[in-house]
Amino acid sequence: MSAKAILEKLAVLADAAKYDASCASSGTVKRDSTETGGIGSTEGMGICHSYAPDGRCISLLKILLTNFCIYDCRFCINRASSNVERARFSPQEVVRLTLDFYKRNYIEGLFLSSGIIRSEDYTMEQLVEVARILREEHRFAGYIHLKTIAGADPGLIALAGLYADRLSTNVELPTEAGLSNFAPEKKPETIRKTMASVRVGAEDAAEAAKSRLIGKAMPPRFAPAGQSTQMIVGADAARDDDILKTATNLYSGYQLRRVYYSAYSPIPDASSDLPPVRPPLMREHRLYQADWLLRFYGFERAEIMEGATGGMLDLNIDPKLAWALQRREAFPVDINRAPRELLLRVPGLGTRAVDRIVAARRLGKLGLGDLAKLTASVKKLLPFIVTPDWRPGKLTDSADLRARFAPPAEQLALAL
Amino acid sequence: MREVVLAVPGDFAEWRSAARGLLANGVAPEEVSWCDSAAGASLFGEAGTPARPGAVVLPRELLEIAERVICHRGAEVPARLYRVIWRAARDRLLLARTTDADVDWLRKADKAIRRDVHKMHAFVRFRRLGEEEGRESFAAWFEPTHRILRLTAPFFQRRFTGMDWAIVTPDARAIWQGETLVYGPGGTKDEVPGSDVVEDQWRTYYGAIFNPARVKIDAMRAEMPKKYWKNLPEAQDIAPLLAGAEARVERMREAAVSMANPLTEKWRTRVPEDLLLDDDVKTLGDVARAIDRCTRCPLYCNATQGVAGEGPEAARIMLVGEQPGDQEDLQGRPFVGPAGLVLDQALEEAGLDRARLFLTNAVKHFKFEPRGKRRLHQNPTTGEIDICRWWLDKERALVQPDLIVTLGASALRGVTGKSASIKSMRGAVHELEGGTKLIATIHPSFLLRMPDRTRAAEERKAFIADLIRARKLAA
Repeated sequence: MSAKAILEKLAVLADAAKYDASCASSGTVKRDSTETGGIGSTEGMGICHSYAPDGRCISLLKILLTNFCIYDCRFCINRASSNVERARFSPQEVVRLTLDFYKRNYIEGLFLSSGIIRSEDYTMEQLVEVARILREEHRFAGYIHLKTIAGADPGLIALAGLYADRLSTNVELPTEAGLSNFAPEKKPETIRKTMASVRVGAEDAAEAAKSRLIGKAMPPRFAPAGQSTQMIVGADAARDDDILKTATNLYSGYQLRRVYYSAYSPIPDASSDLPPVRPPLMREHRLYQADWLLRFYGFERAEIMEGATGGMLDLNIDPKLAWALQRREAFPVDINRAPRELLLRVPGLGTRAVDRIVAARRLGKLGLGDLAKLTASVKKLLPFIVTPDWRPGKLTDSADLRARFAPPAEQLALAL
Repeated sequence: MREVVLAVPGDFAEWRSAARGLLANGVAPEEVSWCDSAAGASLFGEAGTPARPGAVVLPRELLEIAERVICHRGAEVPARLYRVIWRAARDRLLLARTTDADVDWLRKADKAIRRDVHKMHAFVRFRRLGEEEGRESFAAWFEPTHRILRLTAPFFQRRFTGMDWAIVTPDARAIWQGETLVYGPGGTKDEVPGSDVVEDQWRTYYGAIFNPARVKIDAMRAEMPKKYWKNLPEAQDIAPLLAGAEARVERMREAAVSMANPLTEKWRTRVPEDLLLDDDVKTLGDVARAIDRCTRCPLYCNATQGVAGEGPEAARIMLVGEQPGDQEDLQGRPFVGPAGLVLDQALEEAGLDRARLFLTNAVKHFKFEPRGKRRLHQNPTTGEIDICRWWLDKERALVQPDLIVTLGASALRGVTGKSASIKSMRGAVHELEGGTKLIATIHPSFLLRMPDRTRAAEERKAFIADLIRARKLAA
């Protein structure tokens, strides 16, 4: 294949992949090429090698094997009925591109997805083949993330888990109704079954590792960076509450590492019933914040929704602050005495700041000046905390507390 | 005033040996002036201290930090580092005093170094020099903010073992040719090729992955500061991409939706699977497929799959449990979780062969409450049990067992349609409509939940006795 053809295919197949946000290169095992003499390493934390002008990190070569697709999901640029230009890479071409980019230190590895061609099984086989060639023929030790094709044979999923660091199956839309409306060929139960087979694969591998007879004979790992998924936000009528409900079900059911929320972004040649609006980036951001509260701050979904109205998170202030304003009786919190769980509930304190506070207060009482060294924004904390040199007094209960944090009201732009 | 002249700025070994000597001699930080050879020694200082090696014990973490921080270009770094170790030698908890000014400085300097290291890992761009005997060689030019080449080169060695490479910086260079990492003097940009054959591909990728509808220039700049751009081949495309973004989105918005691709129908080869009508359900296989698509109650929304009964159609005994649990839901089979294990052992002791039984549940979908990383089992409501009886009846009609053993209250409700207590039904053999016999006993998960060991053993014995009675009855 000539160089020009590769460039053209790359342009089409990277463009087609850019709407999938579930792309990161962290959370896998430590591994490098010193033993095999090949190329590649992973050190747990991923590296972002570049940033696109949309602010998103470029860490992996994120492409589709092909953007032909027999499905007709209306939110997707690659749907069968779309008139987008089509292209297809051979597995060898993807391998070549990955290695060429990797050796120049442009990327951490490969994120490979595909439109569905012929059948789910055939498509999955092709994806697995790329990973197999990279690992077995080129001793590639970098990061590989494969998209699992919902409905593919569990045997193929098991094989994918042997080569890939991470597997992901997108749920696409947060509700059953949304999915059957926008993606008639995708069945929620098929998606969930595929996620279940990834979890079962991981548990079987962990079980095998535990019960091995000889300590050194480590059985192969199964997708050590776990599995993730993506939901599109704002294409259908699902509320934030529905989205978080689905997320909590997925986290608990399939041990997902991450749920990615992707603001629906207008696509060329869009289906006519989709919003041609700016992507709801702030909504996406609030959902990520809420997701963090669920996973690292000990919040339950119902608590987060206390700060919401009509099932939608407040766009002007972050969800923890929104919750705190509804639960003022819980504040102020004494920085020097409160248990960790309570400190985590203070708006403006992140998990790191809380750890620093807990460590530092063992050696002496913390005042406001000390806090300034331990966290970024003391000003935000003031209404919610007590230190030996600070009491918020009536500030905590003041009526205009929300106004102190919310961005100033803007004049609405007139419709043209 | 002592004066220490450092020959190679940023060299940890040199600084450490000087600092160790001063510390062993009890020289206070105020009495030392540190300078590097480039700056020239002052006229007034005494010459450096002869090292008198003594045992100075410092926290390992501090040495690790010092090894990084010495790479910092700040002129005050050697002196300030010395002050920190001087104080740390007298105060074992110094590093934990995060609010102390010196410790705060140290942490911030360390953070700056670690960020610089991270950015170098990310933004070094190799260019291909050639290939000899199947081994490719590459070179890169990079200008780190601090003198961090020694901190970063091992990373590149681990990552690029299988190729030869050199990284040239203004201060030093690192070279890997497959055996040992070699360091040499600094260099200039023109030692490295000005372009690479795959740079066009990389820039094409960069342009194509950018979504013009989500411009967030500040987020990009925060993570990829402009000072690095000159070494990144893709950076020349940032301005043109941004300039065209708004127009691209506008065109997308204005473009009328085109007619469906004429090939759509050819590609969409699949016919939607026939939904099984209730009357079509004629075999156990049909039942299983239909259960998986059941939407009679809302439980299907969150469960992975409907779990149908399992066992030979000719089974004489049917065991009915409550509903699938976490593992059953994942694997799509009844009684494969912890309660299933308890049941398996009890069956064995009772002399019953699982393979000859038909095992099923009163409710076919898993009902749970998500709690962090786990799913907590929730009891089905009588409504859910009654709705799901439709499936249980289908299974009963196909298997036509002589005897049904209900495990737990939900199973009893599922089979009889009445909410009777297990206590009142247990120990006797009941007859159902149509002549099928019924034995009611507890659910094996009840045994799992009992904290009192002696009572659990008694309950277990009673459970096995119920199973033995079932075996004899069906014989």
